[in-house]
Amino acid sequence: MSFLKKSPWVLHYAATSCNGCDIELLACLTPTYDVERFGIINTGNPKHADIFLVTGSVNEESRKVVENLYAQMPDPKVVVAIGACALSGGIFRDAYNVYGGIDQVLPVDVYVPGCAARPESIIDGIVQALDILEQRAKDRKRQRKIVSPVVENP
Amino acid sequence: MSNTTIVPFGPQHPVLPEPIHLDLELDDERVVRALPSIGYVHRGLELLAERYDFIEMANVAERICGICSFIHGQGYCQGVEQLMGVEAPPRAAWLRTVWGEISRIQSHVLWLGLAADALGYESLFQHSWRIREMMVDIIEETTGGRVIFGVCKVGGIRKNVDDETLGRVRQRIGEIRVAFDEIATIFREDPTVRQRTVGVGLLSAADARALGAVGPVLRASGVVHDTRQLGYAAYGALEWEPIIEQDGDCYARCLVRVREVDQSFDLITQCLDRMPAGEIEVSVKGKRPTGEAMFRLEQPRGEVCYYISASGKKNLDRFRVRTPTFANIAPLIHMLGGCELADVPVIVLTIDPCVSCNER
Repeated sequence: MSFLKKSPWVLHYAATSCNGCDIELLACLTPTYDVERFGIINTGNPKHADIFLVTGSVNEESRKVVENLYAQMPDPKVVVAIGACALSGGIFRDAYNVYGGIDQVLPVDVYVPGCAARPESIIDGIVQALDILEQRAKDRKRQRKIVSPVVENP
Repeated sequence: MSNTTIVPFGPQHPVLPEPIHLDLELDDERVVRALPSIGYVHRGLELLAERYDFIEMANVAERICGICSFIHGQGYCQGVEQLMGVEAPPRAAWLRTVWGEISRIQSHVLWLGLAADALGYESLFQHSWRIREMMVDIIEETTGGRVIFGVCKVGGIRKNVDDETLGRVRQRIGEIRVAFDEIATIFREDPTVRQRTVGVGLLSAADARALGAVGPVLRASGVVHDTRQLGYAAYGALEWEPIIEQDGDCYARCLVRVREVDQSFDLITQCLDRMPAGEIEVSVKGKRPTGEAMFRLEQPRGEVCYYISASGKKNLDRFRVRTPTFANIAPLIHMLGGCELADVPVIVLTIDPCVSCNER
C-alpha cells in the first residue's frame, strides 16, 4: 500500500493477557515506533474505532466484554488477534478458565503471533488489517448501490 | 436532598491498559463508596503447576505478568531452589539482581508514563515511554527478549552476559540516567502534576499498615518496609536504604517511584562494579523438590509471596502467589471513599494496578 486513505482508529482490549502484548501495543504508539504519525490513534471509545485489537485468550468473564465491544463498533470493522494467547491460548491453553483463542467468540481477520508479539509485527498486522478494512468499505458501498439504486429526477 | 448514582468504571477504560471494574457510588461528584469486581483476567495459572513439570513451570511463572515478568520467574526459581537445597552461583545471583533492577526501572518509568497520561499530560507520557524504550533495548541486548526475559531457570540463569556487554550496559545506564533526570524534574516540580496529585487519595501510615498495603503505596505513607531488606540474591551485599515519603498522597507515591528509579540505577552500577566471575548455573539433574517453601521478594509494585509445596514428584503439589496488587486493592477502596469522580483514574493508577498479576 503506498498511502493510507483513512486514519484508522484502534480500540484495544486485554482479554486475559499477561500485559506483555499490551505494553508492546502501547509501545507502538510511543516515540520509538510512533504509529500516530500515520494517523493511527488508540481510542478508548468503541464507537470511534475501526480496528479492534485483542490480546490474550478468552475466559467466561472477558467473553461478554469482548462481544459487547465488538457489537458496539460501527461497520466496517476488522479484528486483529495479538499474541500467542489470542491465537490459541498459548502457554495457558490447558488452564481451566481459558476457552482458547479469540476466534472462539469473534471472527478474527489478522493473527499476529509472538509471545510477546513484537511492536514491528503488531504494526505489520495493523497494516494488513487496513487492506481488509478498505476492501470491506468498498464491498459495503457496492452493496448499498444494489439495495438502493440512485433514482434520477424523481 | 442528595441522590446517589452508581457509575461503572471499567472494565474497558481509556486510562487502564487492563480490565478492572469498579462500581462507584456517587453523591453528586463525590465518591461515597467503591465496589471492585475482578475476574476479567483470571486464567487458572496456579493449577498449571500440576500440568507442567517444575522446570517448565518457570516459563509459566514468568508469564504471570508481562511487566514484572523477570521478577516472577526469579521468585519461582528461588523458591524451588530453596526447596531443593540448591543455591544459585554468585554470578547468577548478581545478574538476577541486575535484571531485577532493570525490570524495576522499566516498570516504574512505564507507570510514570501512564500516570502522566491519566493527568492529561500527553507529552510527558511520550517522553517517559521514550526512556523506557532505552531500558528495553538493554533488556533485548542482554536477554534477547523485550518483555519476557526467559533467562531465569531453576539452578541459575540460562544465559551469561560477557563483560564487554556489561561495559556497554554501564555506559548506556549513564546516558539513560541523564535523560531520566529531565523528566524526574517535571514530576517533582511541575505545577500541573502537583495540582492533580498533592493531597489527593490520602492514606495515613496507620491505615496503610492496617489495610496491608505493600510496596510504594506503603512506603509513600512513611512506613519503612522493603522486602529487598531480606537480602535475597545480591541485595544483602549492596548498599542501599528503602525510600520513604511521609505524605501518603498521590504525589508522594509518584515521588517514591521517581526516587526508586534513581536508586535502581545506583544498585545496577554497584552490581556491575562488583560482578563476580564464575559459573552461571548448578546442575539440578535428578533432584526433585520436597517440602514446603514460602518465598518473598520485592516487585516494582510491592511485596510478592510465593508458596510452593512439593513431594518429590516431577510436578509441584501446589503453587500459590500473593501479588502486591491484591494487597493494594483494600487501601485503594479506602482512598477512593470521599474523593472527587475526576480524581478516580489518578488514584486508581497510583497503586500501579497490575490486574494480570492479581488474577493470574
